[in-house]
Amino acid sequence: MTDNSIIAPLIIHLLAALLQLAFWRKTVTQRYISVTAAFLGLVSAGVLFHKVYSGGILIMNAANWRAPFGIVFVADLFSSSLVLITAIASLAVSVFSAAGINRARMLYGYFPIFHFLVMGLNGAFLTGDIFNLYVWFEVIIISSFVLMTLGGRKAQLEGAVKYMALNILASMFFLTGIGVLYGITGSLNMADLALRIPKVQNQSLINLTSVFFLLGFGIKSAVFPLYFWLPSSYHTPPSAVAATFGGLLTKVGIYALFRVFTLLFTPDDNLKNLLVVIAIFTIVTGMLGALIKDNIRRLFSSLIVCHIGFMVGGLGLYSKMAMMGAVFYLFHDILVKTNMFLIAGLIRQLRGSMNMKLLGGIYGQYPKISLVIALVLFSLVGIPPLSGFWPKLYLIEAGFDAKKFVLVATILAGSFLTLYVIARMWSEVFWKDPSGDERIQDTFASLRLHKKTFLVLPVVLLCFCSVMIGLDAQFIIEVVDRITDEMINTAPYIKAVLG
Amino acid sequence: MRSTILQTASQYLLPILLLFSFFLLIRGHYSPGGGFVGGLVASIAFVLHSFANGVESTMRIIRYKPMSLIPIGLGLSTASMLLPLFFGKPVMTSLWVPEQLPVFGSVGTTLFFDVGVYLLVVGVVLTILFTISLFSE
Amino acid sequence: MELVLVCLIGILYASGMYMILRRSMVKLLLGILLLGNATNILIFLLGNLTAGKPPVIPPDLKVFNDIYADPIPQALILTAIVISFGLTAFAIVLLKRVYVLVDSDDLDDLNTPEEEDI
Repeated sequence: MTDNSIIAPLIIHLLAALLQLAFWRKTVTQRYISVTAAFLGLVSAGVLFHKVYSGGILIMNAANWRAPFGIVFVADLFSSSLVLITAIASLAVSVFSAAGINRARMLYGYFPIFHFLVMGLNGAFLTGDIFNLYVWFEVIIISSFVLMTLGGRKAQLEGAVKYMALNILASMFFLTGIGVLYGITGSLNMADLALRIPKVQNQSLINLTSVFFLLGFGIKSAVFPLYFWLPSSYHTPPSAVAATFGGLLTKVGIYALFRVFTLLFTPDDNLKNLLVVIAIFTIVTGMLGALIKDNIRRLFSSLIVCHIGFMVGGLGLYSKMAMMGAVFYLFHDILVKTNMFLIAGLIRQLRGSMNMKLLGGIYGQYPKISLVIALVLFSLVGIPPLSGFWPKLYLIEAGFDAKKFVLVATILAGSFLTLYVIARMWSEVFWKDPSGDERIQDTFASLRLHKKTFLVLPVVLLCFCSVMIGLDAQFIIEVVDRITDEMINTAPYIKAVLG
Repeated sequence: MRSTILQTASQYLLPILLLFSFFLLIRGHYSPGGGFVGGLVASIAFVLHSFANGVESTMRIIRYKPMSLIPIGLGLSTASMLLPLFFGKPVMTSLWVPEQLPVFGSVGTTLFFDVGVYLLVVGVVLTILFTISLFSE
Repeated sequence: MELVLVCLIGILYASGMYMILRRSMVKLLLGILLLGNATNILIFLLGNLTAGKPPVIPPDLKVFNDIYADPIPQALILTAIVISFGLTAFAIVLLKRVYVLVDSDDLDDLNTPEEEDI
C-alpha cells in the first residue's frame, strides 16, 4: 500500500537540522528545536509503527517512479519497529545533550549533525533499495565522523582516525558488493533482487558476492576479526555521542546483515557455520576485553562487541526461534546500550571521572539515581523478568534445537561474565567507600534543577522502556514473531514493493 | 608563487566560468549538465582565482562566508523536494509549470532542486578550500 | 578494452590494500583513495561497456530498438565520487590535525591515554 507519510520521521529530522543550521550559534534555540524534533520524530515513528502493525507493509515510490526502476521506501514491521526504537533512543540522547554537551561543541554544530545522523539511521531502516542503503550508510558515517571529532582533544582525534579508516574500508566492501551484484542481476531494488538472485545460474558467484556484504556489515557491526576499531574509539567522544554510537550505529550493521541475509541471500551451511563461529569468537573476545577494563566507557565498549555476538549467533542458527531471539535482543540492546553510555556520562557528572579505581560511594550519596541505574544494569545482565532475559532464553533454546552446544555454552558464559563484570562495576562505583582522590569532584550537585532533570530524565525514560519491554514481553514476542515470519516468508514484502 | 599571467587570466576567467556554470545549471534537466556540475565549475572558478591571487583576495570577492550557502542550498532543495506532498504526490515528484519560458525552457521543481544543489556544492567546496588553506598557514 | 580495465582494477585494489596496510597516515589516505577509484571503475565495467550508444531515444521513436549503454552505473559512480569527495576532504583535515597534535605520521603513535585512564 502506498503511503507518503512513511518518510515523516526522516523529513522531520532533516527539517530540524536545516532549522538549526539557520539558527547557527544560537545554542539555546537549537536545544529547543532538537528536543521538539526528536519528540515529533517519536510521535511520527509511533504512528508509522501503528499503521504497519495494524495494516501491513507500506511503501512509497520516491519521485513517483514505479518500484524496480525508482528508489522505493518500504516500512515493514522490522524497519518500522526499529524506527520507533531509534526515535525513543534519539529523544533520550537529545534531551541528555541539552545539558551534557558543552557549549563549544554546540557552537560547532553538534545538534544539526546529530539530526543528520538520526535522519541517516531512519533512511537506512526505511529504504528498499540496496544502493540507497549505501548512501544512507555514508550519511551516517560522515555525520558520525564529525560528531566523533567535535571538540578535537588529542585522544578523540586519534580514535577518530581508526574509526574513519575502517569505516571507509567497510563502505568500499559494501559498494564493491553492490557493483558485483548489479553486474550479475542488473537490479538494485531489494525486492527485485530477491526474485532475480535465485534464478542466477552461477550460485557460487552469488555466495562470493554475499561475502562482500558480510565483510562490509561485519566491520560496521564490529564482529570478531573486524571489531578492533570499536574499543579503541568509542570511549573518546562525549557520552551523549558515545550513546548514539554504541546504541545505534553498530545495530544498523546488524539490521543490514539481517535484511541482506534473509531477503537477498539465503546462506548455505558453510556460511551459517561461519556466522556461528564468528558469533562465538565475538562473544569470547568481547568478554575477555570487558574483564580487564577499569574505565567504565571502555568496559561498555567491550560489552557492545560481546553482545553483538548474540545477535550474529541468532542469524547463524537461522531458525525461526533463533531469529526471534536475535531480533528481540536487538530491540533490547539499542535501548540498554544507549542508556549505559548516558549513565556513564551521568557518573562523570557526579564524580568527574570514569575510572573505577577512583569512583565510589555514589549509592550512599544519590540512592534514587543509583536504584534506577541498578534496574538498567539488571536488564542488561538479563535478570528475569527484565528485557535482557527473554531473548537469551530463545537463543539458548534454538541453540539446543540446532545442536550447536558450543554456541549455547558461549552465550551462557557470556551472560554470566556480563553479570560478573557488572557486579564488579556496581560494587566499585556505587558501594565502595569514596576513594577521596583529589581528582574526584562533583559537578552535578552545583547544577541548576532543569539541568539535573535533563541529565536524569533520559536515563529514567530509557529505563522505563526496557522495564516495559521485559514486563510486557508478550506484546514484543508477538511483534518479533511477525517480524521473523516476514523474514522467512519474503513473498508479502516482494508483493508489496513490486505490486 | 605569484604569476602575472595567471593573475590576469583569472580576472577574465572568473566571470566567464561563472557564466558557463550558470549555463550548465539551467540546461541540466534534459541535457548534460545540472546543479552538481555547475556548482563544481563555479567553485573551480573561485579556486583558480585563489591560486592566482591568494585565498584572502578570493574571500574578499565573495565577502560572505561560503558556509552560509549550505543551509540556503539545502533548504531550497528540501523545499522543492517536499512541494509535491502538498499536491498529493510522493516526495521528489517533478512538478512543471505548463508554459515555457524563453531562456530557461520548462520551469519546475527539478530546476529549483538543481539550484539548491548548485548553491550547496559551491558552499561546501569553498568552505573546504578556505578551511584547508587557512589551516595550513 | 575490458581486459585493460580488469588489469587496472586489479592493480588499483592491490596497491590500495598495500597502502592501507602501511603504517603511515598519508599512505592510509592514498590507499583509501585508490580503493575508491578501483570500486568506481569496477561498477563502470560491470555495467557492460557499450561504445557509442548513448541511452537517448531519438526524437522520432517511442522506444529503443537498438542496444544502448546502461545509464545506471554512471549515476552510481557519480554518487560514489561525490561521497568519496566529501570523505576525503574530511580525512585530509582530520589527518592533518592529528599530525599537528601528535607530531608523527606513524599510525602506531596514536595511543595517547584518556585523562580518565590515568
